[in-house]
Formats: sequence, structure tokens, C-alpha cells
Amino acid sequence: MSETTKTLLRGARVIGGESADVLIDGATIAAVGQGLTAEGATVIDAAGQILLPGLVDLHTHLREPGREDSETVLTGTQAAAVGGYTAVHAMANTFPVADTAGVVEQVWRLGRESGYCDVQPIGAVTVGLEGKKLAELGAMHDSAASVVVFSDDGKCVDDAVIMRRALEYVKAFDGVVAQHAQEPRLTEGAQMNEGVVSAELGLGGWPAVAEESIIARDVLLAAHVDSRVHICHLSTAGSVEIVRWAKSKGWNVTAEVTPHHLLLTDELVRSYNPVYKVNPPLRTEADVMALREALADGTIDCVATDHAPHPHEDKDCEWGAAAMGMVGLETALSVVQHTMVDTGLLDWAGVADRMAFRPAAIGRLTGHGRPIAAGEPANLTLLDPTYRGVVSPAGFASRSRNTPFEGRELPGRVTHTFLRGRATVVDGKLT
Amino acid sequence: MKRHLISAADLTRDDAVLILDTAEEMARVADRPIKKLPTLRGRTVVNLFFEDSTRTRISFEAAAKRLSADVINFSAKGSSVSKGESLKDTALTLEAMGADAVVIRHHSSGAPHRLATSGWIKGSVVNAGDGTHEHPTQALLDAFTMRRHLAGAPDGGSTHHRGPGDGTGRDLAGRKVTIVGDILHSRVARSNVHLLTTLGAEVTLVAPPTLVPIGVERWPCEVSYDLDAVLAASDAVMMLRVQRERMNAAFFPTEREYARRYGLDGHRMARMPEHAIVMHPGPMNRGMEITAEVADSRRCTAVEQVTNGVSIRMATLYLLLGGNEPAIAPTPATPAEARTEETRKP
Repeated sequence: MSETTKTLLRGARVIGGESADVLIDGATIAAVGQGLTAEGATVIDAAGQILLPGLVDLHTHLREPGREDSETVLTGTQAAAVGGYTAVHAMANTFPVADTAGVVEQVWRLGRESGYCDVQPIGAVTVGLEGKKLAELGAMHDSAASVVVFSDDGKCVDDAVIMRRALEYVKAFDGVVAQHAQEPRLTEGAQMNEGVVSAELGLGGWPAVAEESIIARDVLLAAHVDSRVHICHLSTAGSVEIVRWAKSKGWNVTAEVTPHHLLLTDELVRSYNPVYKVNPPLRTEADVMALREALADGTIDCVATDHAPHPHEDKDCEWGAAAMGMVGLETALSVVQHTMVDTGLLDWAGVADRMAFRPAAIGRLTGHGRPIAAGEPANLTLLDPTYRGVVSPAGFASRSRNTPFEGRELPGRVTHTFLRGRATVVDGKLT
Repeated sequence: MKRHLISAADLTRDDAVLILDTAEEMARVADRPIKKLPTLRGRTVVNLFFEDSTRTRISFEAAAKRLSADVINFSAKGSSVSKGESLKDTALTLEAMGADAVVIRHHSSGAPHRLATSGWIKGSVVNAGDGTHEHPTQALLDAFTMRRHLAGAPDGGSTHHRGPGDGTGRDLAGRKVTIVGDILHSRVARSNVHLLTTLGAEVTLVAPPTLVPIGVERWPCEVSYDLDAVLAASDAVMMLRVQRERMNAAFFPTEREYARRYGLDGHRMARMPEHAIVMHPGPMNRGMEITAEVADSRRCTAVEQVTNGVSIRMATLYLLLGGNEPAIAPTPATPAEARTEETRKP
């Protein structure tokens, strides 16, 4: 890691606006303005580049402890830095499950040691993600990891009473339950989106209603107990409608969408290539368009990667035997530029909002998702939006290679990432 | 001819007719005292069966042996697969042993597609049934059986003919085929919808709504929930096996209700046109989707379908592996074989 105390970014378009110089001194932004100079500073010519607040991911699987063959906190945070992230929320479905203060503190400590990206652990809602008994949510909150977001992600908290109690209980410390909305009975044996393509391919269907029915229930529950609920990886047009309705009521509901659901459809499953196997599954073109529109109008609050690394053997097999999930940290910003910015749906201020400000606010992170202004922490991402490149997983910092974007040309490249003033990425390379 | 047979949807009309015509030639071999051709001598065919299916496996085995291929049966049970070996490693093993063709039956939809496209093996892949996806050789043998009965004589005469040779070169244009039963879980139905449509037939699927897949509206066929309404207009009625266990997943209330509403009994069969046939891919659930009276009737082709299955699988293996050489070497000793030569497609 570069230990330079002063860095001068010259001529960057701050959050896509006017060009300005930004001086970083130590861990802080010292000044933003025209014609800045600083003796001894490392000067970076950022002309034409977009300066964004360091990105924040609400949904990352770092796999450690337990599945270090697919990812570790170190490699996962390195991948995050390459993707322009300065903070990630580490999901709880590790081995052992992050359902105790001890495990969340371990993940938090590993994040601190990595130095590439802040790691905010998410705690499990229920013991062992089994949906039966509440985990010690308060203990995880009171731990050094200061857990605010709780999720059984990978599994749905399908018991309505457990969900209600969790929503109520976390109010004591301004927590939020992030729900993986999947009605389990409707998705037994589910392999892909249920529709025209699943009918032809003979793969078990994962119907949209299995997601939408849980979201409908949970927004009503959140309203009833006056708590806040966050919907993970929302994937259908119907889910958008329910969240839009809930927000119109003034209820405390937030939602995220993954980059892959903004671009890919279930037509890709025709290849039977398990790199396209993910949960929730890739949906239809109409869903993709509804998700983009909802992200643009703010119904969906943020982009979250659901970065899900898997070892090669878990994808180098027949569809039915393959693991669900895709890596996403290193391609997220490019996919968002491609689907949202280059299409005119969102400007860079919108990108900053959906990928930094709002996710940080949902996770109650301090020090991330802050404006780019003097006195603020220097968590910053510099993007070259004119870059065009073909995705090649061979060069990933992540330990895993299961990207659905391999071979696809995508725009944009993170050239620099700064975590509290220290460059974690310089010229697209890890420091 | 293509290198693999993965999906009936991959076959053009000409591909399908070529296979059916070749199967007619193969069927004539079965009428000989020595039912064997030297065509695939020295070639190795592996039957890779991850699911128990004695009927399909022995049909492929008989087909390969009649073409003089060396046959290796690889059953997942009791093999390294049951010890956790991956499909990839199994495939690499077969490749290392020099398999020219792999006939695969797998519980996972798409497994044959993966095998054919992954680069794990170089040989031909024949889908012998994958999950709830496809079973193309079953559809081919069904079409073969229908063509013999329904495609019409070469002189343009009656549609109800029996015996080898009928329909060679023809398709199933205008024939009405009704497929009844568990469409949702049926690879036989999926393959038949593709193939029969390609051959010009009009397909109607009949099932309770719970056993019809979401998305079926895009299939090139009609869907009906009422068996009685379609029987009179059917040239062939294909009854699918319905697993009794489906009842427990609430697909239908009871066996008896299923049999009453969707089973084929003598009374219903009587409403079918005189020339219409009853088909079943087997194994039959007598008393469930078909009564014994129908199953044992002259109009039921279930046993004939088994015979035809061997001819179709011979034709498939020959066309995938044999390439350009004639399936049946000219031996002008007997008039029957001379005729074979004349009718053989180039």
C-alpha cells in the first residue's frame, strides 16, 4: 500500500460534474477547487476521469471463515478495491455461520488486517441460518464489529413470526433485517426462472411469485412493527411494484439490485452453462427493464453485487450439480455504467447515490458514502469512463473466476481507489 | 448428419426423415436370420447411465451390437460416480478409453448438452433422456411408429398400413397427435412436440393444469384440459406414464380421480377414429393412465414401439458414427436385399 501522505488529483470530474482538483492529505480530503498545488504531493492527472465517493457494497460473500478455497477476506477485499469499493458488507453464510459475536469479530478483524477495504460484517438473523431461533443479535451489535445489518442470505427467513420478531428486536439498536426473499415451498427443486425458457429446458422453475409474496409480507410486517426492512437482490418487475407501493406509504423499506440482474436474462441458460446459475435466478427482459427503471427512479435504493465466489469445480459440471452465484465486485461499476449511464437512465451523481451514499446510509456506516468535500474522509474512486475492455477473469484479484461477463466488452475502468487517503489501486493495479 | 443427438429441436425435417428412413433399412435387418451388420466394427459405444433405465439401455445395447460395435455399459450405481466422481472426470475417463460415442442418461436436464459442448470428450453424444428435458430417440421411435401406421402407403392409399417400408421418405404432415399425461415432468413430451411439429403433425397436449408447464403457450402445439374433447380428432393418442407419487405433491387429488379424468379406457378408445393408434413409451401404469383392455388391444403399439426403438437407435448410431458408408452392404444374393439397395437414401 502506498503511504504517500499527500495526493493531488488534477482535473477530475467530481461526481461527474465540473473538473476540479482534489487534494488528499493523510486520511482526509484537504481541499477541492481549481488550480490547487501542494508541495511534495503525488500528482495524478485525472483529466476526463470521474471521481466518485468510494463505493459501498451491501452484499458481499467473502467466504472466510470456511470456504477459503473460493475467497478469503484478503482476496475479496482486494477484488473490492479493484472494483472501486472502499467498504463491503460481508454476508453471514460462512462456516461457521456468523451468528455469534465471536465470528463477526473474526471477520471484522480480518478486514482490518487486509487494509484494502473496510469490512462490515453482517450477522445472521437466526442460529445457523436455520430460521428457527433468533441469533444473539444484540451481542453482535455490541461487539467490536458493531453489526447493524442482519441477514440469513442464501436462505429466507420464511417463518412470519421469526421475521416479525427480528424486525421488532433490531429496533433497539437501529438495526435492519436484509431479507433473501424466497418462499421455500414454491422453490423446491428450483433451478432457474420459471417461464418460457424453463419450460423448454426442463429445469425446475423459480417463480417470480416466490420472491414477490415474501416481499409483500415483509413490507407489511415492517410497517406493522414500524421497523425497517431491506430487500436483498430484488429481481422481478412485480417486486418493484410492491416496493414502490410500500415506499408510497412512507414505510421504511429499502431494496437492492445486482449488476447481473440489470443486464442478463434467462435466455442465457439455454447454454446450460452453470456460470449463469444464480439465486435469485436471471429473469426476463421485461424484468431487467423494470429493474433499471426502478433503480433510476430510486424505488430500488442501491446496487449490491451479491459477489458469490465459487471454486472452478463447482461450475465445471452439469447445471443441476453446480453452485449458485456469480462474482461481481470487479465488474459492478462497468455493468452499471453500461446499463444505466450509457443508456441515459442515470447520471454519475445517481451512480454515486446508488453505489455509495444510499448503501452506506442503509448500513449506517460512518466514514463512507460521504460527499467529496474538504474535511471528509478520503474514500474515493477514480473511473475512466472512456475505457472499453473485454472482461477476462484470468486477471481477477478475486480467488474465483465465476463471472457471467467473461468475453463481454464493458465500458469503464477503475484507475485509482483510495481508502482513507491511501491508494489501494493505482492505474488499475492493486498496490 | 450432425455429430451429436442432444435435442429433437436440433433436427430439421430432412434430418428426421433421413433417420426414419435409415431405421426402416435397419428394421429389415431384424427380419434376417442373422441380425447383425459389420458397419461399426471396431467402434466403441459407451452406455453411460446415471439413472436406472433397463429398457432404454438394453435397446441401445442391442442397437450397437447389431451394428457390431463394442459396447461398454457404465452404470452410475456401484461405480466411482456413486463415490462422488464428477461428470467431467467420468467423461475424461471414457475419453481416455477411446469411446467413439457416449449414450448418456442423466437425471439432470442439460447434462448431455454439457457433455457435448464442454470439450471433455471428442466422441459423439447421444441423449438417452436428461432430467425433464428431452429424450430424442424416444420421439424418433414414436414418429417412426406413427409413420408406419399413419403416413399412408406409397400409392397414396389408406392411412392404416402395417409392415416395413410404409411411409419411407414421408413425414407426418397433417396428422393429429394427442399426448396425454404428466407434460410438466416429461422429457418424452418435450421431444415429441419438437419432432412431430418438425414432421408436420399437429400436436395437442392434454393434462390437468397442474401438470402443464408455465410457459407452454410458446410451444408449437395446442393444450387442452379435456381428454374427451380431443379424442375424436386424434390419429394417435400417446399416453404418458404418471407417477403415483405426484399425488403427494398435490398435482392431482387421487389416483382414481386422475384415472377417471385423464386415463384411457375402452370406452374412451371407442371414440377414437377407426384408424387411430394408442401409444405408450412404457413402462405402463395399468389402471392409472391406461386400462388393461386398452393396453392389450390391437390398437396399442407399446410393444411395437420397443421393437422400433432398436431400429431407430441403430439408425442414430450409424448416422452419427458410420458416416458415409452404406448401412447395409450390397449383397445381391437375395431379391429382398436388392430392394433395400434401391430404396436406400444416398
